[in-house]
Amino acid sequence: MRDETKMKDDERTYLGVAVPRPPVAFFELSSCEGCQLQLFNNEAGLLDFLDLVEIVNFREAMTEKSDHYQIAFVEGSVTRTDEEERLRTIRDNAELVVALGSCACFGGVNQLKNRFNDLDWVVREVYGDYAISSQAARPLADVIRVDLEIFGCPVKKEEVERIVTNLVLGKPVHHPQYPICMECKARENVCLFDLGEPCLGPVTRAGCDAWCPSNRLGCWGCRGPAPAANMAELRDIVVRKQISLERLLDRLECFGGFADEAHILRQELEGRS
Amino acid sequence: MKISCQVDVRHLTRVEGHGNIKISIVDGLVKEASWEVVETPRFFEAMLVGKLYENAPYICGRICGICSIGHTLASIRTIENAFGFRPSGQTDRLRLLLKHMETLQSHILHIYFLAAPDYLGVGSVLPLTKSHPEVVQQALRLKQLANDLCDEVGGRRLHPTRTVVGGFTMLPDRHTLGRMRQRLQASLADLAAGAALFAGFTIPDFQRETEFVSLHQEGAYPFIGGDLRSSDGVCKKEHEYLAMTNEYMADYSTSKLSRLSRQSFAVGALARVNNNFHSLHPAARAVAEELGLTPLSHNPYMNNVAQLVECVHVVQESISLIDELLAVPWQEARQVVEPRAGIGVGAVEVPRGILYHCLEFDGQGRICKADCVIPTSQNHANIHHDIKALAGECAARGTADQEIELLAEMLVRAYDPCISCSVH
Ligand code: SF4
Ligand code: SF4
Ligand code: SF4
Repeated sequence: MRDETKMKDDERTYLGVAVPRPPVAFFELSSCEGCQLQLFNNEAGLLDFLDLVEIVNFREAMTEKSDHYQIAFVEGSVTRTDEEERLRTIRDNAELVVALGSCACFGGVNQLKNRFNDLDWVVREVYGDYAISSQAARPLADVIRVDLEIFGCPVKKEEVERIVTNLVLGKPVHHPQYPICMECKARENVCLFDLGEPCLGPVTRAGCDAWCPSNRLGCWGCRGPAPAANMAELRDIVVRKQISLERLLDRLECFGGFADEAHILRQELEGRS
Repeated sequence: MKISCQVDVRHLTRVEGHGNIKISIVDGLVKEASWEVVETPRFFEAMLVGKLYENAPYICGRICGICSIGHTLASIRTIENAFGFRPSGQTDRLRLLLKHMETLQSHILHIYFLAAPDYLGVGSVLPLTKSHPEVVQQALRLKQLANDLCDEVGGRRLHPTRTVVGGFTMLPDRHTLGRMRQRLQASLADLAAGAALFAGFTIPDFQRETEFVSLHQEGAYPFIGGDLRSSDGVCKKEHEYLAMTNEYMADYSTSKLSRLSRQSFAVGALARVNNNFHSLHPAARAVAEELGLTPLSHNPYMNNVAQLVECVHVVQESISLIDELLAVPWQEARQVVEPRAGIGVGAVEVPRGILYHCLEFDGQGRICKADCVIPTSQNHANIHHDIKALAGECAARGTADQEIELLAEMLVRAYDPCISCSVH
């Protein structure tokens, strides 16, 4: 495979400049492995994508393994000590660490267990008295320096490909600053609030092209907060539409991007009842 | 010849999740042979406690990236059963169509990308893009068809957006469905090519008598709901699932394990084909017979063949489902569901075998207790005992080290284990 790469490097140019084919590795901690699968899920562009990088480590798809990689994509959140160690090794080996998906960026659905103050109870609820170790689910950035985050549960493959192309070509990567509502309105969708459904579109970072509202499902905020998120306004809409705050909380709490806001709202609602 | 051999595969590749194979043979005697599961538990059952019912399908879909549709549908069925709700015929058909396309995409991924490299003597699908470009193209075409239809019916191929309690948030476009029907019809040629490819593979000859567990429906090849059957003659109702799974913990696994009439049992494509051979579509049955798969097959490596057979079945049945759907105008996409206190169980055949969800609700539809039993955790003990038997045969035959390692890896891969979801 190495020899082939050399040949490829010679052939590939962009605007007359030779383009390297960086060695890339994929890793997963606690996750559903869906974000990695998203890359395989693009049949039309898969072979082109494989041409752009040299995949040296992708346990889910290949037997060969290598510790020589430039870019590491890490999926999943950190929930055990051995995962912390693996993550530090990856950091040492890679020039660039990319957090792939909401589990890696915010803890994802895994952090839903963190809301229980008693993690021992969580373990007992599932495994009885059998000793299994678990810590709170944490994002990669709690353990190592992360160079780039790709949001989403799951990530959007078009976005991953765009970002990877930019990385390979050395171009800067920008995330949208505006919320999902902008994308949703551009697609002329029916607003979910008018159908009596809650939606986090007003406060969630765009970039998925309003994936869920375009399928008539309210946004659950998987991409985390937009830099200019106006929480108070969202709450006003929810109250005005007579949707329960509990349903708002469920969505804010789901992926960890809104952990602080969710924590405050949970305390408020539990204090009330 | 008395052989000695050490196999120690940590974090087996080309499977979903993390598991280790250990075999130690000294002077022709098996000292140790095991399949260990070392995945990090994620505690989904605890996460759900206290949440409103509508969270369950959304969160449970995220147990597994490959069978997110199966988990979502199992969770929805569980809730609807608990609330005493019966979905419309249209919803049933659309759900089954969606389910079929998940089966197709998962099986194709497994057969071509994860298992076939072993049979063709390479480490991954990448070299096949050069050596067998037409095979890779066929596989990609089949996968794309399955994924496109998942997008159209479920809103999204991974973690579907349109599937909700009561039905769907939105219905597919009728013209697109019609075009999909044509593509399904055309895909039968690719599947026939797949069968021809398989006919050329040498499937390892290994037999271990096994109990097979699957759903059972009268007159239909079962995927969503039904009775629970084992090839040793156990028969239970859906809500009695605990009598089939009998979960326990063991030191070599962070996943729970299962047993029934013997020390272990198998679920998955081979179990389904074995238990429901006569309900298969005739075209699928023909492929099975052509490839030497007739019930009961006790060769776990035949699971790959069973997956291919099921691909033919689901494509054929999807064509009929689309015909039925297009024969009548659309009805309401979603019906209103009223929560009530109670317990529900939902059993669904996902690509790797029978999956159970169980939820208990209070009067407001909040979850008090949750349980999920995943196919791979039901299979782990069986894989473990298969590895032991395989090591024994290899030791007796004096098989070479490398071959033992490859056979053991192929054996585990044949089950298509989804370890991360087995320790959800
Ligand atoms: S972010 Fe979502 S899709 Fe990605 S690994 Fe986590 S749970 Fe799976
Ligand atoms: S559906 Fe959601 S994203 Fe779309 S406009 Fe309404 S609030 Fe915004
Ligand atoms: S609409 Fe919201 S929940 Fe859906 S993918 Fe986009 S950010 Fe995630």
